[in-house]
Amino acid sequence: MTDPAPRTTALDAVHRALGATLTDFAGWSMPLRYGSERAEHTAVREAAGLFDLSHMGELTVMGAEAGAFLDHALVGRLGTLAVGRARYTMICDAAGGILDDLIVYRLADDTFLVVANAANTPTVLDALRARLGGPAPAGGAFDAEVRDDRDAYALIAVQGPASPAVLGRLTDADLAGLKYYAGLPGTVAGRPALIARTGYTGEDGFELFCAPADAEALWHALTEAGREDGLVPCGLACRDTLRLEAGMPLYGNELSTSTTPFDAGLGRVVKFDKPGDFVGRDALAAAAERAEAEAPRVLVGLTGRGRRVPRAGYPVVDASGTPIGLVTSGAPSPTLGRPIAMAYVDPASAAPGTEGVAVDIRGAHEPHDVVALPFYRRQK
Amino acid sequence: MSTPEHLRYTKEHEWLTVAENGVATVGITAYAATALGDVVYVQLPETGAAVTAGEPCGELESTKSVSDLYAPVSGEVTEVNQEVVDDPALVNSAPFADGWLFRVRVDAAGEPDDLMSAAEYTAFTSE
Repeated sequence: MTDPAPRTTALDAVHRALGATLTDFAGWSMPLRYGSERAEHTAVREAAGLFDLSHMGELTVMGAEAGAFLDHALVGRLGTLAVGRARYTMICDAAGGILDDLIVYRLADDTFLVVANAANTPTVLDALRARLGGPAPAGGAFDAEVRDDRDAYALIAVQGPASPAVLGRLTDADLAGLKYYAGLPGTVAGRPALIARTGYTGEDGFELFCAPADAEALWHALTEAGREDGLVPCGLACRDTLRLEAGMPLYGNELSTSTTPFDAGLGRVVKFDKPGDFVGRDALAAAAERAEAEAPRVLVGLTGRGRRVPRAGYPVVDASGTPIGLVTSGAPSPTLGRPIAMAYVDPASAAPGTEGVAVDIRGAHEPHDVVALPFYRRQK
Repeated sequence: MSTPEHLRYTKEHEWLTVAENGVATVGITAYAATALGDVVYVQLPETGAAVTAGEPCGELESTKSVSDLYAPVSGEVTEVNQEVVDDPALVNSAPFADGWLFRVRVDAAGEPDDLMSAAEYTAFTSE
């Protein structure tokens, strides 16, 4: 059987007209870059970038017990999330393994928008639907439903220090009053959109969930409004270097079903002090104890002293050449001007400044420095 | 995308041109440079090294990947482009000019006979 043709987003014609290099990503044809990914990266750090993220998976969870249901199905506490706020969370399996990392927006008392990674959306959808069966607080199934809204939304992100100015020209929404990790319905260039102050670049920015039929008009309006500030269209290549500099994990690289949130240094997303049982509780409690007592490996940052770049899967070695870990993501950092990587390493070598750490880059042991994450933090 | 007429090409996306003195200048094509994305590091063979046609002799590192650089001909390396080592972005901005990579004195065995013309290479990359 051959692979089905990749899905295209509502902005596909725009990307082609802009001369984007397209890539197959999780079954979607997505822009990798429009010109130079380093120039796009720098534009997001210094001005603004425009991204098509319509491959992300949107699932609506609604019903009288939607909050209680998400408290059961996810590791975070969503039932107490204020309307208009968003939270980074995860969905784990019964063994504590990470099925996906998610952003959940509370749109109304009884309505949540769950945004999953493109490749994992079917898994998340199936798991959520299976978990509707209960146990609800009153016993039995939850009074809630999970709706697959992937086709209902296009997702456009405006990221970078100029993004409030750019978006501000197109909306009456109170952007100054919109906190980080908050989202509210509004209009942008006259089109209805959920305007969220979230993103995956380490910069201030917004994610706009709109109807696919409005995506082109929105994209063009943002392009026009951002011209004077140096806004440029950006592809997935620079999104990856931006998120890596910001120390943000990527599912499939730092996160997988064989890691728990505690293994990834993200134990804070697991809320044991919430009412009712939740999927993975026992396994996660054990993982928390293990991480406290003797972590198997620790996620760290590495910066290269040379110019060769560590890639996912390359071994990390100590001064004697003994393997002590594995690179999960690596790239040349445009902002730092050096190679950077995230890696899981033995606790004995995880402290920033540990001597003698190297990455085995195709046979050569290239010296690297262990550093605290993130590599880059924006000035507020 | 430009594919200069006077050069010859390999399936590994190198180009070369051989001067009358038998020294070949080697680079990678605009097609390859675009596919790689921004090149951030090049490792070239050393001057005096012997390279063999079709064998890896260096590396090109870009944001997302690393690719082997293959020697399009056999011979002795007579010169490497230090400018491109210092500024790998030249591979993207001027792949057929300032972004050339190294020069080889083509050995007695001569050139491999599977080098492509510009037209053949254009057809090859549009397959």
